Amino acid sequence: MTTTPALSVRSLSVNFGSNRVVKNLSFEVYPGKTTAIVGESGSGKSVTSLAIMRLVEYMNAEITEGSILFHRDAHGDVQDLTQLSDKAMRKIRGKDIAMIFQEPMTSLNPVYTIGDQITEVLVLHEKHTQASARAEAVKLLKLVRLADAEALLKRYPHQLSGGMRQRVMIAMALACRPKVLVADEPTTALDVTIQAQILTIMRDLQQELGMAVIFITHDMGVVAEMADQVVVMRHGEKVEEAAVEEIFARPQHPYTQALLAAVPKLGSMQGEDLPRMEPLVELKGDITHTRGESRRQDTAKLDVTPVVEVENLVTRFDIRKGFFGGISHRVHAVENVSFTIFPGETLALVGESGSGKSTIGRTIQQLQESTSGTVRFGGKAVADMSRAEKMRLRQEIQYIFQDPFASLDPRKTVGFSIAEPIRTHGLLHGSKAIRQRIDQLLERVGLSADQAERYPHEFSGGQRQRICIARALASKPKLIIADEALSALDVSIQAQIIHLLMELQQDEGLAYLFISHDMAVVEKMSHRVAVLHLGQVVELGSRRAVFDTPHHAYTRKLLSAVPVADPSQRRERVLLQGDILSPIRKVGDEPEHLLLKQVAEGHFAAQEASGHRLVS
Amino acid sequence: MAKFLLYRVLQAIFVVIAVTLIVSFAIRLTGDPAVMLAQGAGSITEADLNRIREALGLNQSFLAQYIGFLRGLVVGDFGRSFMGGTPVSDLIGRALPATLALAFASLFVSIVVSIPLGIKAAVSRGRWPDQMIRVFSLIGLSFPNFWLAIMLVLLLSITFNLLPPSGMEGFSSFIMPAATMGIILTATNVRLVRTTMLDTLRSQYIMVARAKGLSNTVVLYKHALRNCSIPLITYFGLQFGGLLGGIVVVERVFNWPGLGTLAFEAVSARDYPVLQGVITVLSLMIISINLLVDIAYGLVDPRVRKE
Repeated sequence: MTTTPALSVRSLSVNFGSNRVVKNLSFEVYPGKTTAIVGESGSGKSVTSLAIMRLVEYMNAEITEGSILFHRDAHGDVQDLTQLSDKAMRKIRGKDIAMIFQEPMTSLNPVYTIGDQITEVLVLHEKHTQASARAEAVKLLKLVRLADAEALLKRYPHQLSGGMRQRVMIAMALACRPKVLVADEPTTALDVTIQAQILTIMRDLQQELGMAVIFITHDMGVVAEMADQVVVMRHGEKVEEAAVEEIFARPQHPYTQALLAAVPKLGSMQGEDLPRMEPLVELKGDITHTRGESRRQDTAKLDVTPVVEVENLVTRFDIRKGFFGGISHRVHAVENVSFTIFPGETLALVGESGSGKSTIGRTIQQLQESTSGTVRFGGKAVADMSRAEKMRLRQEIQYIFQDPFASLDPRKTVGFSIAEPIRTHGLLHGSKAIRQRIDQLLERVGLSADQAERYPHEFSGGQRQRICIARALASKPKLIIADEALSALDVSIQAQIIHLLMELQQDEGLAYLFISHDMAVVEKMSHRVAVLHLGQVVELGSRRAVFDTPHHAYTRKLLSAVPVADPSQRRERVLLQGDILSPIRKVGDEPEHLLLKQVAEGHFAAQEASGHRLVS
Repeated sequence: MAKFLLYRVLQAIFVVIAVTLIVSFAIRLTGDPAVMLAQGAGSITEADLNRIREALGLNQSFLAQYIGFLRGLVVGDFGRSFMGGTPVSDLIGRALPATLALAFASLFVSIVVSIPLGIKAAVSRGRWPDQMIRVFSLIGLSFPNFWLAIMLVLLLSITFNLLPPSGMEGFSSFIMPAATMGIILTATNVRLVRTTMLDTLRSQYIMVARAKGLSNTVVLYKHALRNCSIPLITYFGLQFGGLLGGIVVVERVFNWPGLGTLAFEAVSARDYPVLQGVITVLSLMIISINLLVDIAYGLVDPRVRKE
């Protein structure tokens, strides 16, 4: 390790008005090394990254104390970034210290070409002419492994996929060969296979250019893969700092211990037939407590009538183009999907964007009309149901959505929201009985009865998701469809909600259709798993079969892409090729239906048909 | 593109027919042009009035008159004014440039002033420049345009004798009418620019642009402004239509020889051909502005471009 850090942050404090969001933070990052800053929402990690760039000023925040020392080289030349004028700082931004942001879909200016946006930096800092800047831009795009770089320069951001945009973003950040790269959650919004690509590219380029990288993330898996040094933040303060192996092997601070305990680790369930409910590690004050016990989730009743049977389900959307609205293309969201869910069972639908997993959920809940196929509830086909029976279905199937902020009416008390399904379906009469039921439901999901009169904005994200669960439980459902219901939550909250969902399954015999892109969470809580790709099931089987002996190439690719929260398992990855394919096809160009073949008892996998290449 | 143009032409034909039909019908309910023409000519008999009506073609049914107007339109003939028999196209030909010049001058002034002010207000949100700009725009909004026009004339022409009070002669005659229209437009536009700018400044790509080390001016005027332009262009386009309507009042006060004055006089005199001609030209102009707005969308935002 070089002895001179590239950047050292000393006793940094940042205020939003009188609110101190970063407190007395110190850390260092060395050339060629990565310091990861991890923390949950509200930990101040993103503000820290913007403070280093001195961009907090544009968010009405200010650096109140401390210094950020930038060492241009090993001999002396040190600048305190907090003391520089904005003009001097502009010479450093984008040249010596560059930044990559979280949302690749919104990080590029939609009205300028990729070429304009990359050359802009080169012309500004490196005194390039337009022509030489374009030549350099082509080199940069090749550096981030983008093919057909020349043509890309003339394209606009909306014409590129999320993964390609993030690579363009990296090319732009690296344009002037910065000494320090600040990456704020650069892969959070991406699918796992694309995340794996981006992480590989970032690590390769770091080695090539010898950059110091400050990597901000909430994902312990990514930390384990990328970091040399780890800084754990909580409520604006550093609670622990250590080398990556040290943090994972011997976390010192109770918060770090609780955080690591909450992280689902892919492969942790190897060899187990059933999902397992793990005890929760909770932090009370500064001491960790363990709550609950470890027990097998043996709740699935496989010998009775299934709750849901889906047979050859097809859902397509027409895309109309032009003024006279002719159908030119179709989204083949769901193609020939079949599965069943039994009482007390959790079936997970996993897949990347465009795999059709959410559309399946919506089709089952009758929020979306199917194109063809049969859906049966309790043995009866929905198509044959009367209006009253369909209404009853709405009661028996409940939905929990991804965004707990958007799925509760902000102008109604949470008690009202929970009572709504009870009133709609006439399950209870009399306000006293309803009131009692609300109290009982709130306590069931771990909140207290006196919170019924409050409004959604008074609750945290995790509490809101609990309220959504209480609302779902209110109508005594048989099946709950959880569509990415854990994705927006911090890991510690996620662990609590998983715990709650498993407890409810045990007590009420609920069946879950668990829609998720997160393989580690799926491994933890499902009985069976269906892997989806472009609207078709490529593999279906028990959790153990799919995770321990994945058969289809796409399943293996998906599993290999997941970062594992264990630095000792760090692998030298080969760069995963290919982008996420689109389910949009021309009218008449029907996709070939995959044939599922039984590879073991209850384990089915698609045969890779000739000419149908799923994995490039 | 061909489909698009065809669609637009069909739309234009429909709009012109609908607007002229309503206007021609309504104006015929308000009074008899023959009586207006005969006024002050001493003793007039019903036979005299009938002769005038026959000469003007008013003895035909409304439908026949209207179809006659449409026929003329196809060959570019708007007919002749009832008052003096001048071809309507000559009258419009003289008035249209005056109105267009005034409308464009007002809109231009307003855009050039409101964009920098709106941006300034947005970046200094909540601080004093923002407050000042907002207060002034509120004051601007509160003036009725006829009052503002009369005050300007009284002050600048009568009291200080700096500018010509009326007519269209040279650059100086543009200042007061354009300022009257411009102040009110600017007041609204500043607020619109401020709001759209605030939205745009929250975007991630603005932070990315700053992180590149670009100067404030480049960030605001290159990266942010072009992203604001879709709502702005839409609004400016709509405003142009409103402007043509509002211009009647201002043209009256400054005695501006434009379409507004022409239409006003035509209504007073029940001069059907002139009124129908002016309305037709105005609707065509609004349709073409809308077309320009659509084309401009594609120019500023690649996501709108088709094919």
